[in-house]
Amino acid sequence: MSNMTQAPVLSIRQLCKAYPGGHQALKSVSLDIRRGEIFALLGPNGAGKTTLIGIACGLVNPTSGSVHVDGHDVVVNFRAARAAIGLVPQELTTEAFETVWAAVSFSRGLFGCTPDAVHIEQVLRSLSLWDKRNSRIATLSGGMKRRVLIAKALSHNPRVLFLDEPSAGVDVELRRDMWAVVRSLRDQGVTIILTTHYIEEAEQMADRIGILNKGQLVLVEDTATLIHRLGRRELTLTLQQPLTALPPGMDATDLSLSEDGLTLRCSFEQASGQMPPITQLLRQLEQAGCSVRDLHTQQSSLEEIFVQLVSTGK
Amino acid sequence: MNTQAIKAIYRFEMARTFRTLVQSILAPVLTTSLYFIVFGAAIGSSMQQIHGVSYGAFIVPGLIMLSVLTESIGNASFAIHMPKWSGTIFELLSAPVSTPEIVLGYVGAATSKSVLIGLIILATSMVFVPLQVLHPLPMVLMLIVTAFTFSLFGFMLGIWAGSWEKLTIVPTLVITPLTFLGGSFYSLDLLPPLWRMVTLFNPVVYLISAFRWCFTGQADVSLALSFGFIAGFLALCLALTSWMIRSGWRLRS
Ligand SMILES: Nc1ncnc2c1ncn2[C@@H]1O[C@H](COP(=O)(O)OP(=O)(O)O)[C@@H](O)[C@H]1O
Ligand SMILES: [Mg+2]
Repeated sequence: MSNMTQAPVLSIRQLCKAYPGGHQALKSVSLDIRRGEIFALLGPNGAGKTTLIGIACGLVNPTSGSVHVDGHDVVVNFRAARAAIGLVPQELTTEAFETVWAAVSFSRGLFGCTPDAVHIEQVLRSLSLWDKRNSRIATLSGGMKRRVLIAKALSHNPRVLFLDEPSAGVDVELRRDMWAVVRSLRDQGVTIILTTHYIEEAEQMADRIGILNKGQLVLVEDTATLIHRLGRRELTLTLQQPLTALPPGMDATDLSLSEDGLTLRCSFEQASGQMPPITQLLRQLEQAGCSVRDLHTQQSSLEEIFVQLVSTGK
Repeated sequence: MNTQAIKAIYRFEMARTFRTLVQSILAPVLTTSLYFIVFGAAIGSSMQQIHGVSYGAFIVPGLIMLSVLTESIGNASFAIHMPKWSGTIFELLSAPVSTPEIVLGYVGAATSKSVLIGLIILATSMVFVPLQVLHPLPMVLMLIVTAFTFSLFGFMLGIWAGSWEKLTIVPTLVITPLTFLGGSFYSLDLLPPLWRMVTLFNPVVYLISAFRWCFTGQADVSLALSFGFIAGFLALCLALTSWMIRSGWRLRS
């Protein structure tokens, strides 16, 4: 493999954005997106996801820091950077009076490409828009308009595709079609960066997940690693009497004692097929003279990890 | 230079013009024809000659300028205000195009359309009144330069305007009065000295005077002053546009 394929396709360095009025939408975000991956950016409303995408696409001026697309600075070398990018925005904003065909052809021209009817036909067919190619966009349903927006973003063969909240208010059929298109794009080597509220979607689609909260990137992890965490179970034991410390011989295990000394927690892997070490644990506790009042196990989900990260703000 | 983008914008805008043919081309032509019928044929027949031509022929240059000004400003401002208002401008701003290219596409299309309308009105007027164009080349050049200058002005107006109301306020409250009082329908010589003085502060006077010279060979104010003014206003619009380009004014947050 050449160095070129290993270099990140999108490189964000210490990116800050303060909007007029002083709101800090991004606080020194640094992130590398790998070539050809599907990256999901998760975060609550107002986290700064759209701002981040806006800076990469040239819609928002950064306050400081830099974004490089394929090695091109998005401000200094905006032509080369933007030519590589396709953007499907969060809002449903399309032309109204133009036909689907005219609007998609217009987008291709804007991005500096010569007309290519074959490519546009292919894009429209992949999004089930071919029958609607001569319809005025205003006459289309919301779902169809979103398809038009995707078609416009794909009209110039982008190497990086941004999808900002692609599933918000989208019906099942469109979501299925959209993910089929996204997968086939990924197979062609296109890098996809999407923002979403749907955690399951990020889990199913993304190779890696980043969590943005209050303008800060709090976590970036392979989805597989997160799923691995997801496969962990947590055992909670409630004790009759408080403990001041872990009983001798038990401190080596993956146990943690709560501050009031009444709760013991232990996380273990379920996927390995082993029996949970519950019996052994209970016996050890009995030998140490502790009696257990209650016991329950729980599976941690990505949702929980997310909520926990976001609420502690770490 | 991204010539594909300039072409795309230009074609998109021209397609809009031809899609709304009635509203964008026939309407201004019809309005002007009504002026010819009322002022040229009906009232004009009982009026004496001005500058050695019939009253009908006298008002032609002013009427063409009136349409060119209104159409240039209206078109260019609408063309850029519409995507700003609907949000589709995101695509323009995220595309690998520089602002001069965007301006060239939109202003180029608005200019073409205004020149086209000007020429159609000229042709129509020939149906109603006997018309002579003494200096055809300067006439066409002036038509193009004026259309371009005021399209630039309209483009900036469209970017500046935060609402549709503001978009229409400048043409109705400023441009229309200035054009009507700019000597379209009368020679400045007919005015009392005081009003003549006041009128000289109206920039449109210089425009119409020079344009009429292209037809009749006679001008109300000196040609040098007129062309100086036109060049000055073009320079001002270009300077403002280039400042706008550098600052990203009202386009990027
Ligand atoms: N144009 C703007 N002017 C001022 N503040 C803005 C602007 N756009 C976004 N913000 C603020 O920046 C923060 C991040 O917004 P955004 O990037 O849209 O978040 P997200 O897409 O994650 O919901 C929000 O608090 C929002 O109110
Ligand atoms: Mg958003």
